[in-house]
Amino acid sequence: MSEPTEPTAAALFTYALRLGDDALVLSQRLSEWASRAPEIEEDIALTNIALDLLGQARALLDYAAVVEGGTRDEDDLAYLRTEREFRNVHLVEQENGDFAHTIARQLFFSTYQLFLYEELISSTDELLAGVAAKAVKEAAYHHDHAALWTVRLGDGTDDSRRRMQAAVDRLWPFTAELFDADDVETGLAAQGIAVDPANLRARWERSVSDTFATATLVIPPTVWTSHGGRRGVHTECFGYLLAEMQYLHRLHPGASW
Amino acid sequence: MTVSAATAVERAWAVSSAVADPELPVVTIGDLGIVRAVDIDAQGCVHIVLTPTYSGCPATAVIRSDVVGALREAGFDQVEVRTALAPAWTTDWITDDGRRKLSEHGIVPPSGVSAIVSASGGSAARRVDVALAMRCPRCGSLDTLLVSRFGSTACQAMYRCKSCLEPFDAIKPY
Repeated sequence: MSEPTEPTAAALFTYALRLGDDALVLSQRLSEWASRAPEIEEDIALTNIALDLLGQARALLDYAAVVEGGTRDEDDLAYLRTEREFRNVHLVEQENGDFAHTIARQLFFSTYQLFLYEELISSTDELLAGVAAKAVKEAAYHHDHAALWTVRLGDGTDDSRRRMQAAVDRLWPFTAELFDADDVETGLAAQGIAVDPANLRARWERSVSDTFATATLVIPPTVWTSHGGRRGVHTECFGYLLAEMQYLHRLHPGASW
Repeated sequence: MTVSAATAVERAWAVSSAVADPELPVVTIGDLGIVRAVDIDAQGCVHIVLTPTYSGCPATAVIRSDVVGALREAGFDQVEVRTALAPAWTTDWITDDGRRKLSEHGIVPPSGVSAIVSASGGSAARRVDVALAMRCPRCGSLDTLLVSRFGSTACQAMYRCKSCLEPFDAIKPY
């Protein structure tokens, strides 16, 4: 790999940050389920998924730090950035809600991440391709988990169908942002480094519709869509998540054991 | 490379491969296929390449320091450990010996080939969705039930035997 030119390095930093922040923030949300899931197997499943995502986040944030020039490390990026400096989509920061909300969020995100990583395997950037080759296997299990539960709850009792549909309706407006692309993605995609997420949309919609058909769920009409996470504009709940995630590190800077 | 240098590399390889996995201590990291390369440079520094299993496997850091410790104890003072993400680790790399040890310990090793068949051109093939019946490691019954695809470690799934009623773990294809 040749040395990235200046503009490419800045774009690559932002791109690694965007992918890494998605994984980090969803990992933090899922870990909130530890000891609170409906059954022990689910407790283990959700925290296993959180662990996979945390591993992906660490690799991506570490890479972002290297690309930036090494003045910060993965911990600085995770624990010492403010809300407006995070580049994750709004979907991953949304609160867990009931189990159906968590499953809907998982289905939407894992389907996107699976298709994204499948493409990113062919990135000309060795590190991104390496992360993707490993993480695609994890995303496949995450997707299976979410799809199975979506069907179980959607095509389940009257109560579970009502709650699953309510979760889908609530989170649907946050799905459009997954496919937002600006100069960072399109520029890097032209060089074979990044995946243009807009190209994933048709496949994503087909996959989610298929799962919904089996689950007897309906795609809600699109009334509004949420955007801005990639620029650092977040929804209200995100600040509270960061406060919980960062307070220990900020209270005891550099502590280790 | 001189004969003694080649012998030293072999010895370094053997020492690092013999390190037990911290989460599944019945197998070594050599059995799991985590040690990818061993070399010794002109200054006598051992260079080891390890590959993590799952992205978030918490054992990775422990394995790293265990390998350094084992090599120091064996007389290799300078050790450099590098973590390589690519090519991605797969359960296909678990050795036959490793599979046997896992079985004897009551953990069903993965059968068939890896979860993802790598294809050229980026369109990575998906997992084969045909699931074979998992054989109970205690009573041998095929009448078993998948309880959860996520288990006590990132690489395992939980099953229950409907014949002897015992729960058991299996390494899932990855």
